[in-house]
Amino acid sequence: MRYLARRFLHSIFLLFGVSVLTFLFLELAPGNFLDEMRLNPQISPETVAALRAQYGLERPLLARYAFWLKAVAHGELGFSFAYNSPAAPLLWLRARNTLLLTASTSLLSWLAAIPLGVWAAARKGRAADHLTSVWTAGLLAVPDLLLALALLLLAVRTGWFPTGGMVSVNFDSLPFWGQVRDAAAHLALPVLALVLGTLPLLVRHVRAAMVEVLDSAFLRAARGHGIPRRRLLFSYALRAAANPLISLFGLSVATLLSASLLVEVVMSWPGLGPLLLEAILARDLYLVIGAVVLSTLLLVVGNLLADALLYWTDPRIRAR
Amino acid sequence: MMRARTKLVLLVGLLAALHAVVLLAGFFAPYDVEAQNRELAFAPPTRVRFVDQQGHFHLRPFLYPWVERPGTIGEFQEDRSRRYPVRFFVTGQPYKVGGFLTGRVHLFVVDAPARIFLLGSDAFGRDLYSRMLYGGQISLLAGLLATALSLGCGLILGSVAGFYGGWADDLLMRVAELFLALPWLYLLFALRAFLPLHISPTRAFLLVVVVIGTVGWARPARLVRGVVLTAKERDYVRAAIGFGASDAYLLRRHVLPQTFGVLLTQAALLVPQYILAEVTLSFLGLGVSEPVPSWGNMLSTLQQYHVLASYWWMFLPGLVLVPFFLGYAALATVLHERLKAAYL
Repeated sequence: MRYLARRFLHSIFLLFGVSVLTFLFLELAPGNFLDEMRLNPQISPETVAALRAQYGLERPLLARYAFWLKAVAHGELGFSFAYNSPAAPLLWLRARNTLLLTASTSLLSWLAAIPLGVWAAARKGRAADHLTSVWTAGLLAVPDLLLALALLLLAVRTGWFPTGGMVSVNFDSLPFWGQVRDAAAHLALPVLALVLGTLPLLVRHVRAAMVEVLDSAFLRAARGHGIPRRRLLFSYALRAAANPLISLFGLSVATLLSASLLVEVVMSWPGLGPLLLEAILARDLYLVIGAVVLSTLLLVVGNLLADALLYWTDPRIRAR
Repeated sequence: MMRARTKLVLLVGLLAALHAVVLLAGFFAPYDVEAQNRELAFAPPTRVRFVDQQGHFHLRPFLYPWVERPGTIGEFQEDRSRRYPVRFFVTGQPYKVGGFLTGRVHLFVVDAPARIFLLGSDAFGRDLYSRMLYGGQISLLAGLLATALSLGCGLILGSVAGFYGGWADDLLMRVAELFLALPWLYLLFALRAFLPLHISPTRAFLLVVVVIGTVGWARPARLVRGVVLTAKERDYVRAAIGFGASDAYLLRRHVLPQTFGVLLTQAALLVPQYILAEVTLSFLGLGVSEPVPSWGNMLSTLQQYHVLASYWWMFLPGLVLVPFFLGYAALATVLHERLKAAYL
């Protein structure tokens, strides 16, 4: 239990650090939204002053940070000047879409990576293994941006997948299964881009972890007992190799979120990515902060999930 | 299996050649970056031919120029009335190499009015192949400078943390953990968000370098700290301390030289990552902007649906990233293995 408690404290520290960091960036930034408003002759100086007071821009730094932190604790993430509405509802909706995208990607890429990695490890030094190392190296050299653009190009020219957005225009009029199919079709392209981007690294790690375990004495003993090969690989070896892989799952959440940001923008998936970009271009700084904090929240949840999984699967950690 | 040393030399040679092509863009490119051909907007890649209409083979490659198909707007067909041979090593438009040398010889050109567009042309009829080579100067330089900045910050902060320890060490390592844990693209964007948007290309370039370089300081700092910590415990360093060596002498003579291998390996990992960061920022309009070409902003027109749907060759300049990334990834692997061998 102490392990889990320590990891939980670490997450809290991470969130706190991020909020301080982003808030400091905000303070150091030259100019804000209201400065631009002040230059607008159609808005009176009194209105600007009233807005400044309303958002607490007059108060000292620490007080503003405390004010903001209190608001965040109540589930309010500040105010979006560009949308002229509270930032939280905008952000939660987008975060949900990002979560849908990244969770499906995670699921699919692990489902593909484990058999591929185990297969390569079981045939270490043979053709299948060399083939794996070649295609993973090749795919690793293609950046996510190019993958996403190439897939989009393919979709536009062949018409196999819908491009852009999350659902079709006539989504509401479709029957339930039609809605599911429509959403899945829209999800397919961004998920494919992200899976192709994350898969090579995962396969390489699965292979490395398995190779290490397959060399160990207990597996040789198990083989000597005549346990069938498939059970040996997937039941005995994979369980022993799980620890570094679950840690990798925790670490890869951050990479996945970064990749997702870019793919969302390229494929106009309505997640946090496009919102963040729009907010930057409109200098809507509270929305920027909110998006960063929310992405950290997704990251922290992913990491905690990995820790809990590790605690559940690995008796060495439970014994600590 | 190739010997590790041969492999290293080959890889460094390959990467040097790739970079040289970009550095000597003026020689390899037939046209200037800003040379426009408004009547040839979005012309597809030129077909370089060896066999003419009559079926005769020519040793010297030639092309038929694009002309607008009669009755259409923006659709091109070859004008087969005259062959334009590709001529090599021709003196033409002057260009700069590295900002100070002037050259006049181009690897290949065709006679006007024909144009050779190996990768097609963009909305202003500018040659994508020439712009790709010149754009590489921006993207590669941004990647290399940002890497130098990151490694510099990492070296200073990491050696301070490792050498002096205490509260500075604790503080620096906690902050480094924070930077390492975050999705780095979000971090990059957050930092970019708070800096001015509409600025000149030169300032935008410097800004991009500084932003990318600063965001990535954490990993080199942690690795340097580790090396410094082990170096500090070595017997000859303790002996030097016993003889009364100053901190500056110890760092310069005994400790920092040992970080060299780690920094080199990190550089091979960081350069492609930072090139990609510049590409990403410029692609999204947060980095270097038109008319200066960079690998990122050349791809950004693909965000418009009609460009993506009609002009597939606009995607081609992006593929130039792949050989660079393959080269750097292989280099990083080789360097990492050397480092491991040196420590075991």
